Amino acid sequence: MIPPTAKNRDIPLHYNRLTGKQTYLILKRSDIVDVMATAQRTLADLRTGQRCILDRLDLPESVARRLMELGFLPGNEVIPGRRAPGGGPRVFQVDGSEVALRADTAARLYIRRDPESDLIVLS
Amino acid sequence: MSGCHGDAPRAGLLPNPSIPPPRSAVDRPIIVAIVGPPNSGKSTLFNRLTGLRQKVANFPGVTVEHRMGKAKLKGHQEVFLVDLPGVYSLHPRAEDEQVTHDVLTGERADFPKPDAVILILDVTNLGRNLVLAAPILSLGLPTQVLLNMADDLTARGGKVDVAALSAELDSPVALISAAKGTGIDRIQQFLLGTAARLNAPAARIELPVLQDLPKCRQWAANLGVRASYRAPAPPLWTRRLDAVFLHPVGGPLVFAAVVIAVFQSIFSWAQPIMNGLQQAVASSGQWLNTVLPDSPWRSLLVDGIWSGVGSVVVFLPQILLLFLFIGILEDSGYLARAALIADRTMAKFGLQGKSFIPLLSAYACAVPAIMATRVIENKRDRMATIMISPLMTCSARLPIYTLLIAAFVPNIPIIGGFLSLPAAVMLGLYILGFLTAIAVARLLKSSILKSSGSSFVLEMPPYRWPTLQSLGLRLLDRAKVFLRRVGTVILVVAIGLWVLAHLPYSHGKAPDLEQSFAGMTGKAIEPLIKPLGFNWKIGIGLITSLAAREVIVGTLGTIYGIQGDEQSKGLQAAIHQDLSTAGAVALLVFFAFAMQCFSTLAVVKRETGGWRWPLFQFSYMLALAYSGSWLAFHATRYFLG
Repeated sequence: MIPPTAKNRDIPLHYNRLTGKQTYLILKRSDIVDVMATAQRTLADLRTGQRCILDRLDLPESVARRLMELGFLPGNEVIPGRRAPGGGPRVFQVDGSEVALRADTAARLYIRRDPESDLIVLS
Repeated sequence: MSGCHGDAPRAGLLPNPSIPPPRSAVDRPIIVAIVGPPNSGKSTLFNRLTGLRQKVANFPGVTVEHRMGKAKLKGHQEVFLVDLPGVYSLHPRAEDEQVTHDVLTGERADFPKPDAVILILDVTNLGRNLVLAAPILSLGLPTQVLLNMADDLTARGGKVDVAALSAELDSPVALISAAKGTGIDRIQQFLLGTAARLNAPAARIELPVLQDLPKCRQWAANLGVRASYRAPAPPLWTRRLDAVFLHPVGGPLVFAAVVIAVFQSIFSWAQPIMNGLQQAVASSGQWLNTVLPDSPWRSLLVDGIWSGVGSVVVFLPQILLLFLFIGILEDSGYLARAALIADRTMAKFGLQGKSFIPLLSAYACAVPAIMATRVIENKRDRMATIMISPLMTCSARLPIYTLLIAAFVPNIPIIGGFLSLPAAVMLGLYILGFLTAIAVARLLKSSILKSSGSSFVLEMPPYRWPTLQSLGLRLLDRAKVFLRRVGTVILVVAIGLWVLAHLPYSHGKAPDLEQSFAGMTGKAIEPLIKPLGFNWKIGIGLITSLAAREVIVGTLGTIYGIQGDEQSKGLQAAIHQDLSTAGAVALLVFFAFAMQCFSTLAVVKRETGGWRWPLFQFSYMLALAYSGSWLAFHATRYFLG
């Protein structure tokens, strides 16, 4: 994963030993955002049926506690289910039951990085 | 929704009619608390053990208050059971969870600490449910663990070793089905033995640190493994039904179809029964007139009581039909899906999906709805929901709505015969109430009740078949509440009104209605309501309906009965003389908005802890009703020419 600091924006792609020339890939700002998204995704980014492992909850203590009581514990598997029509809350299968969350809450529940999706593809 | 009007506040003001005396002697009554996660079947079990009728339904958060009842047992041992609101842990977030916490820890001043606990868990999801066992066992009270929904577990191929779990928890464990009644004898045995167990040492097992939720969950998982728990297969039918009810296109269509079907049937199915009842009331009144000798008593009985009470009783079939539909929606689990579908709309108006469940139950009655707002964690959201609940069309509005619609709206089919015009007008009034409610919520949330964005977290219950028994009991209770109300409030108003309509006596005979005390009161407020298209007779009805909305129908029945119109023409025809179509529309709007329900004001006062909010509510709704019906009157007159 590439931290989005100014320094790392230019990534050396190729170094020519004879000429000493370096080829750089200049990343645009939008690319960095993409990279970030790939790095740490949330429950809100998942498609229906896409299993994932919960990593952490970035929510106020009391809300986080209630969600954990309902099964949203780090390390637990979560499967996104149906979404209410018109972009309403979504049902998640978690720890043997189904719990509905609004999209803004789901976006605060980070999921663990899948090693395979860690590959950064630059276009 | 078991308690509309008077019923719930009574339960509230005196929460426990059977509170035993403070415990001092050895032979004190024993109190056993029923604890468990939301929607695990606590109230179903409570009802089964006590023979009482706590409200039960298939969604989390039905019970919001503790309720005590005496267990029906064989011996002479007196055991009292306490039904508590469902909790996930002993860390309360909402008002209802606070009740459970306070009762269990003995922090409630008006309630003694329980002697023992029945912990009821949903065995179809034992792992997560067992987490609650840790804080409950740490209370150090004798505990009976009940694994509910055993029938569901076996049907879906799950299993659990009860003896092993019992050894692990060092407490008795039993598999039961509270709804079907299997395994109940085991609980009765436990209750009978409670006295002997009072001084026994508490369960000696190692509990995880309660603050550490992942640890607690791990502990519960290990317990499950040692009790060879096999989780049941996922509820297939729930997934299939959700595929329809939460479908982007199908979902809203089903929602709309359900709503239309409810209104069409309330109007058209109940109409024949209602007409029959109306006939019966009218002809029996005429019959009484012929057999009884002419006297003031006959007039009181026939014109006062019979016309007044009879004109309200005829609405029983409609109200029962409405409650049947609400019962099916609640018991099947569809209500939670409806809350999900509505959440987005609610969010736009500053409310959350959780407000939707109390608001839906306000369609039956605002009193239990206001109690149900306890599940809303955010205080300001809760207050806003309480403030708008009475704008939802409660069942007490049905009689006056039906009466006016049947009298003024022609019965012609619309939208290809799916809906009749009267049913559509009725639906329109429900929508008017709902839209006004959310508009008021928007205003409140952007002014005096501002709060930061609230979250919406709702556990989806699996779909279940509503049982005939449960629906039957609901309707029976409902009919009792309705008839009790007719036999008390409406009867008293009818008698009082008859008396006031026959005084002052002059030259040995009763005055004309207009010159009577009742008539004079109506005349006194006539200037105020004339701009709305109401005359003094409607004015009398508006005054009496301050006690409760349906009283106006009884009042009109009595007034027309005294005038001799009711028996000859029927209430519908009689009301045509006093109201123009524009006036009828205005009256409908007035009843849609006005706060004419003393029970609601009382419960708002109790839940908000003072008169400030109920007074505010009464005034804003009255202002809304007055201006709304003025507008409706003039608009209708303009359009109808």
